[in-house]
Amino acid sequence: MLEMSQISKVYRTELVETHALRELDLHVEEGEFVAVTGPSGSGKTTFLNIAGLLESPSSGIYRLDGEDVSTLNDARRSRIRNQKVGFIFQSFNLIPDLNLADNVDVPLRYRGWSGAERRRAVGDMLDRVGLGSRSNYLPSQLSGGQQQRVAIARALAGKPRFLLADEPTGNLDSEMADAVMGLLEDINAEGTTIVMVTHDPDLARRAHRNIHILDGHASDVPLAPVAEIAAFPAQEAARV
Amino acid sequence: MFSYYLRLAWASIRRTPILSALMVLALGLGIGAFMTTFTVYYLMSGNPIPHKSDVLFSVQLDNWDPNEPPTESARDVQPQLTYRDGTALMLAETPARRQVHMYGTGAIVVPEDETPPFDESVRATWYTFFEMFDVPFLYGGPWTLDDDEARASVAVIGRELNDTLFNGENSVGRSIQLDDQFYHVVGVIDHWQPVPRFYHADGTYRALADTEQVFVPMNRAIDAQWGPRGNTNCWKMPDENLPLFEGFLQSECVFTQFWAELDSPERAGAYKDYLDNYVRGQKEIGRFERPLNTFISDVMEWMDVNEIVQNDNRVLVRLSFLFLLVCVLNTVGLLMAKFMGKGGEVALRRAMGASRQHVFQQNLVEVGLIGVLGGLAGTGLAWLGLRAVESLYRGYQHLVHLDLAMLLTAVSVATAAAILAGLYPVWRVSRLAPAGLLKTQ
Repeated sequence: MLEMSQISKVYRTELVETHALRELDLHVEEGEFVAVTGPSGSGKTTFLNIAGLLESPSSGIYRLDGEDVSTLNDARRSRIRNQKVGFIFQSFNLIPDLNLADNVDVPLRYRGWSGAERRRAVGDMLDRVGLGSRSNYLPSQLSGGQQQRVAIARALAGKPRFLLADEPTGNLDSEMADAVMGLLEDINAEGTTIVMVTHDPDLARRAHRNIHILDGHASDVPLAPVAEIAAFPAQEAARV
Repeated sequence: MFSYYLRLAWASIRRTPILSALMVLALGLGIGAFMTTFTVYYLMSGNPIPHKSDVLFSVQLDNWDPNEPPTESARDVQPQLTYRDGTALMLAETPARRQVHMYGTGAIVVPEDETPPFDESVRATWYTFFEMFDVPFLYGGPWTLDDDEARASVAVIGRELNDTLFNGENSVGRSIQLDDQFYHVVGVIDHWQPVPRFYHADGTYRALADTEQVFVPMNRAIDAQWGPRGNTNCWKMPDENLPLFEGFLQSECVFTQFWAELDSPERAGAYKDYLDNYVRGQKEIGRFERPLNTFISDVMEWMDVNEIVQNDNRVLVRLSFLFLLVCVLNTVGLLMAKFMGKGGEVALRRAMGASRQHVFQQNLVEVGLIGVLGGLAGTGLAWLGLRAVESLYRGYQHLVHLDLAMLLTAVSVATAAAILAGLYPVWRVSRLAPAGLLKTQ
């Protein structure tokens, strides 16, 4: 489903050149639940942005569903992002002055669906995350866990096949984090591919597969006890 | 998507009320100043009788002091005629289809009831006035040539006066008292206010004044010895051997207006020749000592000759347009501040599948909405500005109104100005890289 080959990303200013990703190779199969770990500044977010077509790689080839998306124009990339990719963010990123239904409706507006289709999809997704009765609430009237569930509903409303989650439980306490992870596992079980960036080894272990990014390189990490994942030396990891 | 964008725009404006209010105010001030000056300019420069402005000609004859500087154009010649020349032309067989001779005067109207008498402007004219200038009648009609020749005490009154004196009823056949004489009402004209009041452009504010509410035969007004109320210029003293009013009528003083209806270029040419011949004839009896300077000007040329739209008005329009530009530039800065603050939401929408074009359109609608609000504010300010013009300058009361067309113009100009101001900020926000902003939202 997701194939990255020799992907590099370089940020340049007048004085500094920063290599965020270096010839990264990665292949994610349809239906996988992949956890991406790595220290701060290792390139996890850049990887996620490129995977979600929010950024273009400086070099390399990125194929999504077999289509080379590394060099598409903005309109085409936006359409693919809208149809195939869902995003979940650490800080939820709900629009504060839109109610829950309108927040979930955001990606559907760019899909070109009719009003009835959108209302049905929004209602279904809010029911799915247990907030159907609160569709008129504003985000500020919800707890953090509830806001993240709304963000998940928004990400899934357009039925994307590929979900990108950037520290989805980073702002939640352990109980709420567990509930959100449970929801993600359910979604994955229904066939949605998930790539989740996390710092939390416990959460990473709940994924099918762990990828460790260090200095812009990605390596597969065997699913192992938490302490071993954290200590896994990048230089010994085999390229995927 | 438009209604969705409109809803988002309104939410965004409410989210930043102070910044939005500043933008609306900036645009409103610019639009208000511009629309105030432009409304005055537009109405002054409008065609007051568009369907026949090219066949109605004002007449100028140069009877002036031979010691004055030479004449180079119609602007250098007196805009009015002497009574004797106007009367001579009026009674002559000329190539004109119709002619009218007139002057502005006034009388005291004495109501039938106990209401106190009041002063009223009167137009002393000929029966042809009403047909030449397509004056609309509510009741009755104009008087006749016979009435003019018989110097009859007849009158046509305006709707406003008819409302005052007769409660709006059909007053044809009734009488009104002007000074100490009764006049038989033959017609009531409906609301009629050509702007500018082209038929009496005498180089003063009277071209912008109200139309009169009383019209009487010119011969009757002369018999009543009603003097002119308007610009009266003389270059030599009237004959002291004649009675005062008679001497004035026979003098070289100009105070009457003269118009001819010339419905073809041939007729206009023939009429001009006729005027030249008339002046040559007058030269033979010792008048018109200056070179032959006869002019006929159609309505719009006449507005130009009389400089109804003065240079001051043009300068004011230009200055207010510059002020509008300054306001627009200020709005650019405010829009930049507003839109750059929306980076997080823009990035989120981009992540959800919005293209740059979607973002551009969404924010352009918001800019347009700010423009509409600015236009409405500007209309209100323009209304206040026009009220100020009205209170400061005599004769501007017909320029001081805002109709639907002006409202639409104000809103359109404001929207266009806002969109112009917003193009760069909107373009910038649509080009924001979403990746960096998502993390920081």
